[in-house]
Amino acid sequence: MRIRFRGTRGSLPVPGPQTIKYGGNTTCIEVRADDGSLLVLDAGTGIRELGRELVAEGAASCDVFITHIHWDHISGLPFFLPLFVPGSRVTLHGPGDPLNMTGIEAALARQMEYPFFPVRTAELAADIRYRTLVEGETVDLGFARVTPLLMNHPAPNFGYLVRCDGRTLFFTGDHEPFGNIYLPGDEDFEAYAALVTERRRVVLDMLRDVDLLVIDAQYTPEEYQRKKGWGHGSMATALELAREVGAGMTVLTHHDVNRTDADLDGLDAWLRARWKDRGVRFELAREGLELQA
Amino acid sequence: MNNDVRQKLLEAVERMPAFPKSVHQVLELSGDINCSQKDLVEVIKKDPVFTLKILRLVNSPYFGLSREITSINHASVYLGLNTLKNVALGLAAVGAIPRSASDRLDMGAFWLHSLAVAACASMLGRKLGVSRDDVANYFAAGLLHDIGKVVFALYMPGRFETATRMAAEPGAVLHHCEREVIGATHADIGGLLAEKWHLPGELREVIAAHHSMGEGGDFMLKDCLFAADQISKKLSFGSAGNFDVEPLPTGVGHRFNMTMDELIADMPSLGEEVENARIFIKLGESR
Repeated sequence: MRIRFRGTRGSLPVPGPQTIKYGGNTTCIEVRADDGSLLVLDAGTGIRELGRELVAEGAASCDVFITHIHWDHISGLPFFLPLFVPGSRVTLHGPGDPLNMTGIEAALARQMEYPFFPVRTAELAADIRYRTLVEGETVDLGFARVTPLLMNHPAPNFGYLVRCDGRTLFFTGDHEPFGNIYLPGDEDFEAYAALVTERRRVVLDMLRDVDLLVIDAQYTPEEYQRKKGWGHGSMATALELAREVGAGMTVLTHHDVNRTDADLDGLDAWLRARWKDRGVRFELAREGLELQA
Repeated sequence: MNNDVRQKLLEAVERMPAFPKSVHQVLELSGDINCSQKDLVEVIKKDPVFTLKILRLVNSPYFGLSREITSINHASVYLGLNTLKNVALGLAAVGAIPRSASDRLDMGAFWLHSLAVAACASMLGRKLGVSRDDVANYFAAGLLHDIGKVVFALYMPGRFETATRMAAEPGAVLHHCEREVIGATHADIGGLLAEKWHLPGELREVIAAHHSMGEGGDFMLKDCLFAADQISKKLSFGSAGNFDVEPLPTGVGHRFNMTMDELIADMPSLGEEVENARIFIKLGESR
């Protein structure tokens, strides 16, 4: 299984001279099986370039797994060229929205609604299918099996475990470590702590010995203290998790929009010094980075 | 309104159940962007009926969770603050009102009308720049504006039926018919109920005055509620026994600087927002 990062930013695209090395596009990962079959994780603005390449080769067939429908994870979708090409087949998988009682089809339909976008979904030429997933069900694509897991985020948001070519990849676009809403001494502190432990256990069990972990690490530990409840983790919490599950390789992604290449280089050096000899192999996600899982 | 009528209304109002404190608190917390997850969880947990409804909703197929959620703490860990807050807000508002035992009022249609007015009043409030904190009041005002009809239907069913039958005639207006038959309108008794429930002053006032518009333009919530009521009737979102769409008074028109049709055109997502609220009608009504 080969992974290529097409977009590594959280929140918003940030193109410019300060974001060349790590990239300015929002989240998107291309996953190729050894036989060339394709699945895509998230449809941030990074998916546009992938779409151009696919169409250059003719009609495309692919499965896109959306973690959740916050803008940065879907904003490239209306610009994904295979959707416009007759003969292409695109299946969008993702979580439903229980409060609005809509499925993943709403991700595309809503953002393409007039007056937000000039083309409506009804006018797209590809064979577009939708599959709203529920937690724990496994989608068998033949060349890969993908299982969603509900992560901790202000919106219903899946992490995806991809099993392909005998290897495993877990991707969580956004995720904040589970926390206790009570303080030590509060009546419910222990009971809540037990529930948090149980949720963590579910995540740890699913990620155990994963070959490649791609994880939200938007904040520094200091920033995280000020941004608890925003739905993102810190570099430290991500690497702790990686160590705990014994991930073969970890890629930290969802870079904060305010970070320049120099900032990220600095953080990379700082993390390497801090995590030296702790048995965790990691990289910071860079647009264009390719890895073999 | 004479004293006899007032006494009868007060007796009817006395028979209505109290407005649950927890619902009040959830409405308040939901309007606060900085509301803590712990505060919200604590409020919900203290109300067993509310707790049960939330658990029923999060365990429904809409959520498609892989394991059963067994407590509010569990839901809090699993779903996080925002989802829980949205679930609670929707359920809180609808669940506050007793299910009518009367066949004088089609409660499904009544709720749909009330929710449509709530959604529309909130949108109009936002359009006028009302703060997030205050928009919850606009929603509550829309939801509760016709609550007097529930009191009538429950405790003065015969006379309310006469009034609604009269109002079904072309050109008739329900609150005029109510005044003729009962001696007071659903707005009058709604205002009295709002007092019993100790709702905030502005909410009490707007429920009591939602059919006494004059030229309009006296306060923003009242103008938004009036416009939302007419728009919901015009678009036939549910029904609460009154089909007469009144024109916007001059003051209300000036407030928005738009005609009713222009306002409608300016809110293309209204239908969707109303649709979204339907699940809360279903679950909120369940006991």
